Amino acid sequence: MELTVLMYLIPSLIMFGCGVYGFVTRKNMIAILISLELMLNSVDINFVVFNSFLFPGQLEGMFFTLFAIAIAAAETALALAIVINVYRKVKNVDIKEISKMKF
Amino acid sequence: MDSVGNIIMYFVIALSIIVFSVLTVTTNRILRSATYLLFVLLATAGIYFQVGYEFLGAVQIAVYAGGILVLFVFAILLTHKPGEKTKPLDSHKRWLGLSAAIAGVLLCAYALISQCSVAFAKQGIVNVDMSRIGHALLSTDKFGYLLPFEAVSVLLLACIIGGIVIARKR
Repeated sequence: MELTVLMYLIPSLIMFGCGVYGFVTRKNMIAILISLELMLNSVDINFVVFNSFLFPGQLEGMFFTLFAIAIAAAETALALAIVINVYRKVKNVDIKEISKMKF
Repeated sequence: MDSVGNIIMYFVIALSIIVFSVLTVTTNRILRSATYLLFVLLATAGIYFQVGYEFLGAVQIAVYAGGILVLFVFAILLTHKPGEKTKPLDSHKRWLGLSAAIAGVLLCAYALISQCSVAFAKQGIVNVDMSRIGHALLSTDKFGYLLPFEAVSVLLLACIIGGIVIARKR
């Protein structure tokens, strides 16, 4: 039995589907962010797997994933700062309660 | 032909990715959701180690599992009462999300299985040594990444300043 590129892409695809489901259905802002992380992570897996299976010895996919991880970290930090600020104003992180841009 | 240990490792990783990512979006306690996300991220690092990118796996564990997850846990504990459950979803919204996700997954799976042939097996692990990564990251040649490196450093600075400005008490 051999590990092929498809065997790595299928778990990544399922992870992306879970991310889509959580992103659409969740009401909690932090839960939405967690679903977003799932989607970003599955895309990172795809980059690495394509790089290492189709172009072994080159580093493009790896560097793309590296920068994607850095940008995801920055994005999460800012988003959580916004969530905490919103919580301070309305005492809630539910997106149903937050319908106005200006308090 | 892969070794038996490699294949067993693959199945452990794939199964934990699938199970824990489903649990992440279906559990109704937000702190548990963050914990399951941690396992998904560690399994992803396992994939990186398995295909031979040790540096990337280490970055994944350090930045994602060590940094982002701690940030999530802090934010959850600051904004939720412990043990608080989320309200159950209305079934209309749930079915909408579920059908969207399943339709997307089925479409992509069909495209993958019909187009991406199984012929792409691995031609032996190429271990990327650290000095090559460092030279590529800081060179200005054709395959050099100095410009994105500097851009990311400016982005992180902007992110630090933005985080302080947004989250401070007024």
